[in-house]
Amino acid sequence: MGKAAQSAIRFSNVGQVFRTQSGTLEALRGVDLTIERHEFVAVLGPSGCGKSTLLRLTAGLLTPTSGKVEVFGLSVAEPRDDIGIVFQKPTLLPWASAEDNVVFPLRHKAGRVNAGDREKARQILARMGLAGFEKRLPSELSGGMQQRVGIARALFMDPDILLMDEPFSALDALTRDEMGFELLHIWEARPKTVMFITHSISEAVLLADRVLVMSERPGRIIENLTIDLPRPRGFETTNNKVMHDYVSHLRSLLLKRAA
Amino acid sequence: MTMSHISGASSSSAPPEQRDRRQVMVRLARAPGLLPLVTLVSILIVWEVSCQVFAIPSFVLPSPTRILGGFGAIPFPRWLDHIWSTLRVALIGYVVSIVIAIPTAVMLTRSEMLSRALYPILVVIQATPVVAVAPVIIVALGSGDLPRVVITFLITFFPLVVSTTTGLLATPPELIELSRSLRAPAIREMTQIRLPFAIPYVFSALKISITLAVIGAVVAEFVAADKGIGYYIQFSTSMFQVQQAWAGLVVLVAISLALFQLVAAAQRIWFPWSIPSERS
Ligand SMILES: Nc1ncnc2c1ncn2[C@@H]1O[C@H](COP(=O)(O)OP(=O)(O)OP(=O)(O)O)[C@@H](O)[C@H]1O
Ligand SMILES: [Mg+2]
Repeated sequence: MGKAAQSAIRFSNVGQVFRTQSGTLEALRGVDLTIERHEFVAVLGPSGCGKSTLLRLTAGLLTPTSGKVEVFGLSVAEPRDDIGIVFQKPTLLPWASAEDNVVFPLRHKAGRVNAGDREKARQILARMGLAGFEKRLPSELSGGMQQRVGIARALFMDPDILLMDEPFSALDALTRDEMGFELLHIWEARPKTVMFITHSISEAVLLADRVLVMSERPGRIIENLTIDLPRPRGFETTNNKVMHDYVSHLRSLLLKRAA
Repeated sequence: MTMSHISGASSSSAPPEQRDRRQVMVRLARAPGLLPLVTLVSILIVWEVSCQVFAIPSFVLPSPTRILGGFGAIPFPRWLDHIWSTLRVALIGYVVSIVIAIPTAVMLTRSEMLSRALYPILVVIQATPVVAVAPVIIVALGSGDLPRVVITFLITFFPLVVSTTTGLLATPPELIELSRSLRAPAIREMTQIRLPFAIPYVFSALKISITLAVIGAVVAEFVAADKGIGYYIQFSTSMFQVQQAWAGLVVLVAISLALFQLVAAAQRIWFPWSIPSERS
């Protein structure tokens, strides 16, 4: 189908207006962006600027009020099932074990899972450092472990596109870095197109091929910064001089807008 | 009796071993069900003694021993007959209520229109004092089990619907989005996400409703019945056999407690995750 020739995600002049009780609310205005296949793109922006809306539009959970959203060259008219979503909160099923939570997308979609699916779920959990915790309920796991189960759940269907909405924001700084590198690890082993929303400038620079910065509401893309840091990246990348230049550039950009 | 035994045991371990004594008390306090039992027994003792000392007439307040005597007024099989009559109505009404309330709640959350159409009717049902409509229902539906089941149903229905609806709507929006993004059949969103999420809410309503079901059955018997604990209490009172009425009351409380514990046990066994822990 010539998938490789097409961009994975393309927004053309996308606008999103919400109707609320107190009138209308313009969340996005004239958003243009392109994310290539297997590219890791981070999205930064002030709170309420429409980052999650961007993600929902890509997943087909929302239809844009104006403009066009395309995934692999096709206009997004309804939810797509080749997309995995990781939410800000883990939002696991409290009655299901870690393993059952990971296979849940398949059980929910197809109605059944077999032993092979469960084996696959256990492998993903093991890769997320959760070997031995397969049978635990979410309430028996720490917050960071729960979030890892949430990521495993999104990876389980092996989606072409992974949408992550501030996935590490509830974690402590150290776990957060570890999880970021773990994610890169998985992404390098099994390339995917990643849209990674975050509030952390350094996290965006550390993980992404490219960082998009959004303006405050109505959100637009005001910066498109290619991060030219060698891969694989790890803790030593944090000491990279170039990384600090990127971070300070983005910080001054975000601060200037805020001032 | 239990009281004096406990205090006797701890004081006999001599004053110097104060720590020992405290440990015994702590262990006693932790033993499940022991402390409530101690309270109950002491209340019974105070009750018994007060009745004797102040010579309270038994039609005002019979003493525990007299109530115990009240149990002997009718033979045991007659008791079972009365209990079964009340229990049957309460349980049928309860089950019918569950069977209708849960699908109703599902429909209320599925359709905005239906919800707006039905909700006022539910509120009117709830606002109508069931005790007041009970005679009307009995006149309309005759003297079988049916009117009594209907009364029980009316009294238990509303909490079940409201609580289940609340539970179905309390599902995290992310999981609904996950379901939509998987393009799963809509029925599975209900069976695999919304309904299980409503379980804690459903059970808190089930616990309230089971005791309400007993009340409903008794109210119905007060209006018209020739059997049942409610009937027996009313009959005994009209014959000034107050200690027998009290015996009936004790049986009612026991039935209510047992049913409540049964529902609580069902939740513990089948849905242990739905019981809030100290952690969350
Ligand atoms: N379904 C909706 N209906 C009405 N308004 C909405 C809806 N979804 C989002 N909004 C509004 O659109 C704006 C952008 O929301 P969005 O959640 O995309 O922001 P965000 O950048 O993800 O913010 P945050 O960083 O706080 O997560 C906000 O003002 C929000 O209140
Ligand atoms: Mg957001």
